[in-house]
Amino acid sequence: MVLRWLKRLVVLLLGDTQADRVVPPAGYTARLSLFSAAAMSFLAVFAMAMSLATGRLADRWGAELARTSTLRISAPPEQMAAQTEAALRVLETTPGVKRARPLSDEEQRDLLAPWFGPDLPVESLPIPRLIEIIETDDGYDAAGLRLRLSAEAPGAVLDDHTRWRRPLIAAAGALRTLGWVSILLIAGTVAAMITLAANAALAANAQVIAVLRLVGARDAYIAGAFVRRFTQRALAGASVGTVLGMGAIAMMPRADVAGGFLTGLGFQGLHWFWPLLIPPAAAAVAYVATRAAARRTLRELP
Amino acid sequence: MIELENVAYSYGGGELLSDVSLELSSGSFHFLTGPSGAGKTTFLKLCYGALIPTAGQVRLFGGDVRDMGRDDIALMRRRIGVVHQDCQFLDHMPVADNVALPLMVSGHEDADQIENLRELMGWVGLNARADALPPELSGGERQRAALARAVIMSPDVVLADEPTGNIDWEMSQRLLQLLIELNRMGKTIMIATHDLNLIRAAKSQVEARVLRISQRRVQLAGAAL
Repeated sequence: MVLRWLKRLVVLLLGDTQADRVVPPAGYTARLSLFSAAAMSFLAVFAMAMSLATGRLADRWGAELARTSTLRISAPPEQMAAQTEAALRVLETTPGVKRARPLSDEEQRDLLAPWFGPDLPVESLPIPRLIEIIETDDGYDAAGLRLRLSAEAPGAVLDDHTRWRRPLIAAAGALRTLGWVSILLIAGTVAAMITLAANAALAANAQVIAVLRLVGARDAYIAGAFVRRFTQRALAGASVGTVLGMGAIAMMPRADVAGGFLTGLGFQGLHWFWPLLIPPAAAAVAYVATRAAARRTLRELP
Repeated sequence: MIELENVAYSYGGGELLSDVSLELSSGSFHFLTGPSGAGKTTFLKLCYGALIPTAGQVRLFGGDVRDMGRDDIALMRRRIGVVHQDCQFLDHMPVADNVALPLMVSGHEDADQIENLRELMGWVGLNARADALPPELSGGERQRAALARAVIMSPDVVLADEPTGNIDWEMSQRLLQLLIELNRMGKTIMIATHDLNLIRAAKSQVEARVLRISQRRVQLAGAAL
């Protein structure tokens, strides 16, 4: 069983030199279908790179932001120290908090420097005190912590970053979905184009089909000759397009160095194997599309 | 071999053939005549399953045409050689490959058959033209190539539609000789033609029956011919 399928696959890819000769060597439709398969695969490589990159981005943002949060204490200067103390005590006894540390004046000055310049007299200004919280992997219960803080340190405001983390991660997730949808659309377009090309080829070769039927060729034989040709064409075109697409991605400048919002729109590590699936997928799409087109056409002929 | 029982065939408008009952037995030699447009080609098409009768039954090698799937029809065509009036070939393949096409599509192409092919090409006098492409052939050469293609599978029946339609008398004599030889080898032959001279020439050599289509019926013509 498996052996028979393997044999069929080999015939499909290498061709049946006898049977394939019955279909006349094709003209420009062949070049058009080759070109479209190549162009679509090139685009598919980019859609795939985008999906994988945004997936990575979403994971990274999710992971980094999930593990830290900030506690901001706004209180009159005379209560600042006491409330900071109280908040720290609460944090130390909160399960899920690994470490809590008030930022030093220098650190706060550094954070504000981009807005107010380096000479800001932080000590003399009523700016809030920030406490950095490092969470354990399990995280803490934000609602419970807020409740306890409101009792012990009324000036403390907890910012667990979820507020702005969620839409970012959602955006990255949506972008990733968009990428996969693009790949599906590309596959659909390839199927449509191959179907059109196959229909054109079948119509142009009506005489060939009539002659083959007259001398006793079965539908499977006739369809096979066309199906093999289009499958091989899609495989060849898609291979060229994929290689070019992967080359283009490999040559893109590394965005990480520049500060990384794009996180390198490309493939990393094992992800380089993903685009290699495009040519066989294109061939499979072409196989199914041509087979359906050929069977449909043949059924209508005497 | 081929049996028709109360067969009728109509194209959209009127009935072209009606109430045709006939049996082609093994080894028989038939001519089919009648005025142009009387339905000779339609009749032949009914005989090889290219058309399904609108009424009545056609049985080919014992099987009802209506019950045959597309693959059954394909397998049945390997037992019936057909020579069309306007012979069609695969124009991108040399004549020899076109003649061998039935072997190719049925997966019977092997060394023995290659030798047969050479012999057959010699028999129809096309050895010198074996590598030519079909569009380069003359009318007579096309007819002979079509005949060679029709008989390469050694079919039980050969149906020829105006095989001498566009060739000169000498050439049609040669073609007729080929068909008579096939009949002597036991093949069932049916030739549609309106060339009465051809029929006379055949009758002197072989026991041929003449079927005439008139008034939508297929009748056995008298001995008068």
